[in-house]
Amino acid sequence: MLFLLPWLIGFLVFTAWPVVYTFYLSLTDYDVINDPAFVGLDNYRQVAQDSAARRAMSNTLYYTVIQVPLYVLVSLGLAMLLNQAGRASGFFRTVFFLPNMTPPVATGVLLLFLFYGQNGLVNEALGWVGIDGPNWTSDPRWVKPGLILMSLLSVGGSVIILLAALRNVPEELYDAARVDGAGFLRRTWSVTVPMISGSLLFVFIVNTIAALQSFTEAYTAFFGVGNTTYRNDAAEFYVIHVFRQAFEFLQMGYASALAWVLFVVIMIITAFQLLVSRRLVFYQGDQ
Amino acid sequence: MTVPTSSAPTLPGGLAAETAAPAARRPLRSRVGRGVVVALLIGFSIVFLYPFVWLVSASLKPRSDVFDNRLIPETVTFRNYVTVWQEAPMLLWLGNTLLVTVLAALAVTLSSAMVAWGFAYYRFRGRTLLFALVLGSMMLPGAVTMIPVFLIWNSLGQVDTLTPLWAGNLFGSAFYIFLLRQFFLGLPRELFEAAKIDGAGHWAMFWRIALPLCRPALVVTLLFEFQAAWTDLMRPLIYLRDSSHFTIPRGLKALVDQFGSGGEFRWEIIVTASVITTVPMIVLFFLGQRHFVAGIATGGTKG
Repeated sequence: MLFLLPWLIGFLVFTAWPVVYTFYLSLTDYDVINDPAFVGLDNYRQVAQDSAARRAMSNTLYYTVIQVPLYVLVSLGLAMLLNQAGRASGFFRTVFFLPNMTPPVATGVLLLFLFYGQNGLVNEALGWVGIDGPNWTSDPRWVKPGLILMSLLSVGGSVIILLAALRNVPEELYDAARVDGAGFLRRTWSVTVPMISGSLLFVFIVNTIAALQSFTEAYTAFFGVGNTTYRNDAAEFYVIHVFRQAFEFLQMGYASALAWVLFVVIMIITAFQLLVSRRLVFYQGDQ
Repeated sequence: MTVPTSSAPTLPGGLAAETAAPAARRPLRSRVGRGVVVALLIGFSIVFLYPFVWLVSASLKPRSDVFDNRLIPETVTFRNYVTVWQEAPMLLWLGNTLLVTVLAALAVTLSSAMVAWGFAYYRFRGRTLLFALVLGSMMLPGAVTMIPVFLIWNSLGQVDTLTPLWAGNLFGSAFYIFLLRQFFLGLPRELFEAAKIDGAGHWAMFWRIALPLCRPALVVTLLFEFQAAWTDLMRPLIYLRDSSHFTIPRGLKALVDQFGSGGEFRWEIIVTASVITTVPMIVLFFLGQRHFVAGIATGGTKG
């Protein structure tokens, strides 16, 4: 039993107590220097009315709703390609995984360079095919699409998970489907997707939770001391908002209320995904 | 250019390969299909690697050419690296990061292994419930705990030190506990019954038998946490004030603020610092790949 002690202490001190204490703080006004002053539900009322909080939430939902499906789709596409690559798949898997090693700060910096409006690499490449690229880093309408595209470079981890799942799909199923005259699309939809639906669900849920908490890339690129060049309202994700309220403006009570709202939102979305998946996911050996 | 092409070409490509020939001529069809697959993989590889090659290349260009988007610099110069070293305490930042990273990885690996062993080997009342709590805490968003945890370190006088960046790891971490427990569960129980008969105590069973047997899983834990600690930005932003305490990601962010959007527009410094921040992770990955293989090999022969 002594073996569990480290976790037990850690859980009580760094998880259980903080969750409860954040809730208490969310009912107070607290700036770290003076003692917390009880204000009831005022902070929650403020969350509902604050246009910045609402904008942060809608930025985050916009990002999540588009980024997660795209991310899973690209991961699946690459995993399926790798699954067909035979002996070369090890090499290409390494290549796709490498961007995953990039520190998110560096990814945020890279975003500023690659998506720079005038002579960034992305717009230059778009220029080759005759497209006049937008000002990704300064036009509020294009900031989130830029962040989404940039995030797709880090699909490597999901690719590895899905590739492992694909390797477990029995080849006979494809042979049987071919005999029945099923084409590639049909086989993908009716054999591959159901057979790896457990892993797809896992990748989907994990990435949704991560997307709802996006912070580092957007913060690096668009926030911080002395940032006067970039319009950053469009990049203010929810966790960025919480972070700034807590540690830049020392509104600990209000930030705690924001954090609890996020917690509830994540719980609801995850529960919803699990519920829907119960009807869609097929586990091998489950019947 | 990175992504719009992502999954679209996959399907037509695959389709063409599949419908090109009837089932009877499978060898030819699969050869054509293989060609298409390899071509697509090479295309995507370029998309995935080009940004990083561009970054390294840009860091080797003189200030005026940094954004000329040439793959091979017209003139190669290491001047930017010298400038970064003069403008920022890079060596100090790298040292701070290394210290935090090593302590974080060692602490989390040892503590998580202990806890995982406790959950895997011992049977006690409430085990299922406690383990459910471990798994549940993985779902908890960091924003919910970050303020009270900050207040704890603040009251201990540890703000603006490196301690808060790694000491929390002494108490294990849910994901690694889960990972290592899976591994411990795979060890045959008879092994430990035999050890017990030979007079091994609880700690000896863990330290002398269980731990060495799960070395591959320990290496995975070390590597994952090394990466997580090296790349973390939010905690350094919360806890570090004085630039002499910065880790390298926090330092890079400070350089972005000072030389980038802030006004000086000396982007070549930021380009170069980004390379310096990223390269250790690339090195770690290639070192790690070998260790994974070695770990699996030794695990296989010993098991």
